[in-house]
Amino acid sequence: MPFTPPSVDDVLAGLISRFGSLDTSVNRGQTRVVVPEPLAFEALAWLKDQGFDLLVDVTCVDYLEYKSAKHRYGLVYLLASTATNQRLTIRVFVDDPDPTVKSVVPLWEAANWLEREVWDLFGIRFTGHPDLRRLVMPEEFTAHPLRKDYPLQGRGERHNFPVITRDHS
Amino acid sequence: MSIATAEFGTSGPEAGARSEDYLWTLNFGPQHPATHTTLRIVLKLDGERVVDAMPEMGYLHSGFEKLGEYLTFNQYVTVTDRMNYISPMANNVAWHHAVEALLGIELTPRCTYIRTIIAELARISDHLLSNGAVGLDTGAFTFFLYAFYQREVIYDIFETLCGARFTNSYTRVGGVSHDFTPLVIEKIRSFLKTFPKTLDDMERLLTRNRIFVDRTKGVGVLTKEEAINRGATGPVARGSGVTRDLRKDEPYLAYGDLDFQICCASAGDCYARYLIRMQEMRESLKIVAQALENLPAGPVNVGIDQRTALPTKQQVYSTIEGTISHFELSMSNRGFEVPHEETYAATEAPNGELGFYIVGDGNDTAYRARCRPPSVLHFAMFPHLIRGHTLSDVVAVLGSLNIIAAELDR
Repeated sequence: MPFTPPSVDDVLAGLISRFGSLDTSVNRGQTRVVVPEPLAFEALAWLKDQGFDLLVDVTCVDYLEYKSAKHRYGLVYLLASTATNQRLTIRVFVDDPDPTVKSVVPLWEAANWLEREVWDLFGIRFTGHPDLRRLVMPEEFTAHPLRKDYPLQGRGERHNFPVITRDHS
Repeated sequence: MSIATAEFGTSGPEAGARSEDYLWTLNFGPQHPATHTTLRIVLKLDGERVVDAMPEMGYLHSGFEKLGEYLTFNQYVTVTDRMNYISPMANNVAWHHAVEALLGIELTPRCTYIRTIIAELARISDHLLSNGAVGLDTGAFTFFLYAFYQREVIYDIFETLCGARFTNSYTRVGGVSHDFTPLVIEKIRSFLKTFPKTLDDMERLLTRNRIFVDRTKGVGVLTKEEAINRGATGPVARGSGVTRDLRKDEPYLAYGDLDFQICCASAGDCYARYLIRMQEMRESLKIVAQALENLPAGPVNVGIDQRTALPTKQQVYSTIEGTISHFELSMSNRGFEVPHEETYAATEAPNGELGFYIVGDGNDTAYRARCRPPSVLHFAMFPHLIRGHTLSDVVAVLGSLNIIAAELDR
């Protein structure tokens, strides 16, 4: 018997009455809400006040080769409530040439490294982030490797790296 | 004669511009035995006190998420083995749990019980190593050997089950690679009999050991609010009084049928996390015992008609349905029916919430396979936990967070 998650209809109604009509969908019991980028921070702050106190994950999907996709990048904010075990997924779509979202580090400290990872691997800039450095790739790296136009195989980015000789080390 | 003059009393970062001169930078890792894995922390020390810490990761980054976009759902399970290699079985279960959530596959009752048993055995083996390493780093070497001997027994069970001791790659879409044999069940039963005695021995060795308690109690304190705000899950969160456990809160597999407790503490220090892990091993034993005694009969994989799990060799060679199914599943354009959808599904891995956000695009490879690793969020809170403690506490805190660099960097 598959588990059915608690309903989030009341929160969803409040969200829509506050931020205008939002695109919502449900798949296998998971509710997703698409929030326009300018409203994203306020919507997430409001949801945090409504009891979604745990930021489970911040990640991103590059829709470059995805069939019938309208935007290039789709950010995913997975929220959960530790009190009621409700879950809600917030989607924020951004586009080239300068994909930028407001950072949610002021709301959740957990977002700090998660947003750094998204910046590192997708090149999405988070305004207001206290320390937006690369997380997993080296500082000298210039590309954002989880973008779909970055190949799986190749010679890598070694030509961009400084060569350290024994004298300089 | 008093030595507490103003000069000595006001040391520390706030004492003035000159106190910065006393700060000393220590590079901890990436190849230090006490980090256990490849991670680096740049510590700023004032004498022996840690003023600040800058954790750095990425030394083991191997692009697992990028690989996930090129390997099929069944192939990628070999990569999940290498994420948290302390408990590969738990990662296998988490990955295929997410894949089955995307594809909408309902498992057979026997398969859910088998996966529950192996996930709990993986939890025991993970907690054994994690607590053993805390003991080892704080000077209790014998304790580590006790823990490691029992891990060896669990390895033997896994070897009997699927042939691999360490990188098991046990699960498949819609099932598992090998069914339980009577020998496996017998080995798990004998482990259930012998393990509580070792657990008692381990608790007698360390739980009230004065040196260990002094080194872990009150060290690395994480309050409940901070734990939630910083995204802690698993034993780290439960040690701080967060009662979240996905096995109870979102019962997946067979956890809804079984009777067990969630272990919580309110202190939030390294000692509380140690106690949680010790207690969780006992609860896991209860789960394994119940699941093993109530193991349903019947097929372990979903049927051939659903065309998701590879049929057994017996079916392939003796039935036409098996042959067709095997042939079609092996072809890249005849594999699974994958919806154009996105799902997130998480399991309670030994370290915390291990979830996968999978985007399907009709192909039998994921369009995006995001892994939500608990270690990243736990490592991010490390500077917060260590500030103000001494250098020797670094290993105690690091051990109690159980950071696995392979899962951290992916």
